[in-house]
Amino acid sequence: MTRTLLTGNAAAAWGARLAAADYVPAFPITPQTEIIETISAWARSGDMPGRITMFESEHSMLTAAGAAAATGVRVFTATSSQGLLYGLEMLYACAGWRAPFVLVNVSRGLAAPITLEADHNDVLAARDSGALQIHCASCQEVVDSVLMAYRLAEHPAVRLPAIVNVDGFQLSFTREPVDLPDARAAADFVGPFAPGALKFRASTPISQAVAVLGGSAYSYFRYEMQRAAEAALAAHETVAEDFARRFGRRYAAAEAYRMDDAEYAFLMIGSFATKARDAVDRLRRQGRRIGLVRPRLVRPFPAAHIAALLWKTKAVAVVDQNLSLGAGGILAGEVASALYGASTRPLIASYVGGLGGRDIGADEFDAIAAELQDAAARGQAPKPRLLFTADELREVRKMQAVAAVERHELEAAP
Amino acid sequence: MTMPAAPEARFARMKDLPSTHLLGAGTAMCGGCGGLMAVKQVYDVLGPNTVFVNAAGCMTLLSTYPFTPFRGSWLYTAMASAPAGAQGVRDALDILRASGRMKADEDMQVVVLAGDGSSNGMGLSATSGAIDRALDFIYLCYDNEGYGNTGQQSSAATPHGAATPTETGGARGRKKDLFAIWAAHDPAYVATVSPSEPLDLARKIEKARSMKGPRLVIAFAPCPTGWTYDPERSVEIGHLAVKSGLWPLKEYEGGRTVHTLKPHPRVPVEEYLRLQGRYRHLFEPARDEAAIAEIQAGVDAYWAKAG
Repeated sequence: MTRTLLTGNAAAAWGARLAAADYVPAFPITPQTEIIETISAWARSGDMPGRITMFESEHSMLTAAGAAAATGVRVFTATSSQGLLYGLEMLYACAGWRAPFVLVNVSRGLAAPITLEADHNDVLAARDSGALQIHCASCQEVVDSVLMAYRLAEHPAVRLPAIVNVDGFQLSFTREPVDLPDARAAADFVGPFAPGALKFRASTPISQAVAVLGGSAYSYFRYEMQRAAEAALAAHETVAEDFARRFGRRYAAAEAYRMDDAEYAFLMIGSFATKARDAVDRLRRQGRRIGLVRPRLVRPFPAAHIAALLWKTKAVAVVDQNLSLGAGGILAGEVASALYGASTRPLIASYVGGLGGRDIGADEFDAIAAELQDAAARGQAPKPRLLFTADELREVRKMQAVAAVERHELEAAP
Repeated sequence: MTMPAAPEARFARMKDLPSTHLLGAGTAMCGGCGGLMAVKQVYDVLGPNTVFVNAAGCMTLLSTYPFTPFRGSWLYTAMASAPAGAQGVRDALDILRASGRMKADEDMQVVVLAGDGSSNGMGLSATSGAIDRALDFIYLCYDNEGYGNTGQQSSAATPHGAATPTETGGARGRKKDLFAIWAAHDPAYVATVSPSEPLDLARKIEKARSMKGPRLVIAFAPCPTGWTYDPERSVEIGHLAVKSGLWPLKEYEGGRTVHTLKPHPRVPVEEYLRLQGRYRHLFEPARDEAAIAEIQAGVDAYWAKAG
């Protein structure tokens, strides 16, 4: 084990290296590019025996990722945002091929307007693709999750692609101390790639990814994928246990922080959940019984884990760093659905914040906590809120004023 | 001292063509499908140690669960990225061989199978990328001059004047010169073939098979349902396309393009056009002399330049 300072991007690259990925189809996109540059340098120096091939698009990159996995090698790839959407057709397809590989998505808000900083609309657009999703909150978690993702993706009962989500900027470009597992220990944990019968060899011809005609055959294979994705929940328990035994770090499908006696809770995914964690500590010092639930697995969705953590609370604030336009925060709906069957359940308050890297301030967490308490007292959930401050609005108005003056001057010019 | 025989010399006469056929019968293709004729002939030369990487099109229905007519392997990808799929398979096979996880005799020829819609349209970027990366693969485009699988809407390969469901008055486009687009990348080999000319086809596929790098072939694929003619005339239409000079048989290699058959004398294009419903508007209710002459002039200009 080596302790070193790594960015989230470098941690992702180390994950691929320690998992001994054979093949890395790649395409550059901010803020992910550092990952493929790092791997490219290792491939050139021989530090990583894998082969990297640059493609002309993410659509091609993901096609090659699935095709190589279907041929029988371990594949790693990475993208962000627009790139994930450009390749999304193939993510759905590769899941259907039952081609296991690991894709690191470095989250970045989606156009339009085009932007660089993080939110989760990109990765959640892949929510229904069949690819598993692990969301990270620290650089340590990035390298560990890549290793665990290979075990999950390649599990014989699963065989699906797995996405490890790393928030752009907050994690991708932030250096944190990381314990790097030794190469041999990591290799022992991940094991060799076992393609089983799904591989292309001259002596064992096979047709993969063939068409079906009619709903019954289609439904059969889609249900098989659902079973496989569900199987990843149980597999995660085994894999996490094995990981903890070998490396001393334990990862839950949904991480609980100070939830034991909590009456209230924040629920968040990704690196911004560390802001909620900080708020929990501060609010606890003020005597509030509040905690944090941070699902690491988003697909499969650990509904039972989340319900078990939350059913006793009075109110939970789901802070979504995404926005399903016309509906609201995506996780708020998923959490509500996870809790609906419980005999007692908390009120659910929905907040949307952190879009395009917008900060969520300590004062906002405090206001949310106060709203939760108020909601519990009144027995009614507050209306969903889109977090935005008066100061921010003033800044935007200022930009609009500048734009108006510029236009006026242009029009006045001879 | 004698020069070693060129691999294509294996096919000197018609009786040298493979007499056993590899592709299974009973596929979902239409009767008289020119694309299927081309695939059959190509497959006989390539042999079963192939993995076809397919782009969305008519041929996608060849492998429909739980059946396949192939003795070798198959991977359906998507409409835009079959060459990238071929890259993934090729790279993986190379990795497996280099790392000693796969023996040489388990290796296969990787073959993209795509229609003209994919090849001239959304798949062109992926093809350009694959050639640029010097991918070791064969690309077979069956050119039925339209989006055949969805009912022959106009593609970028639809010839000028042909009626399609999206251009009922005749296509305005001029049929992209895919051969020239590919050749501009200077790959190892580019060729046009026609299943109506099986000897020429077999020689070119055998030649491609013996080479390394990107090898791209466009097969003329008469389409009875899309072009509207009786399925029994597919071979005849293929002959007329070559004899009229509308479908030049040629190959590109090492910077040079050579025509493997120069039709002389050329039959008037009219003989080819009038057999097909897609050109009926040029003859009925009244002959459109200008349009027919324009198509003839295009062919004459091509051959004047080709020499």
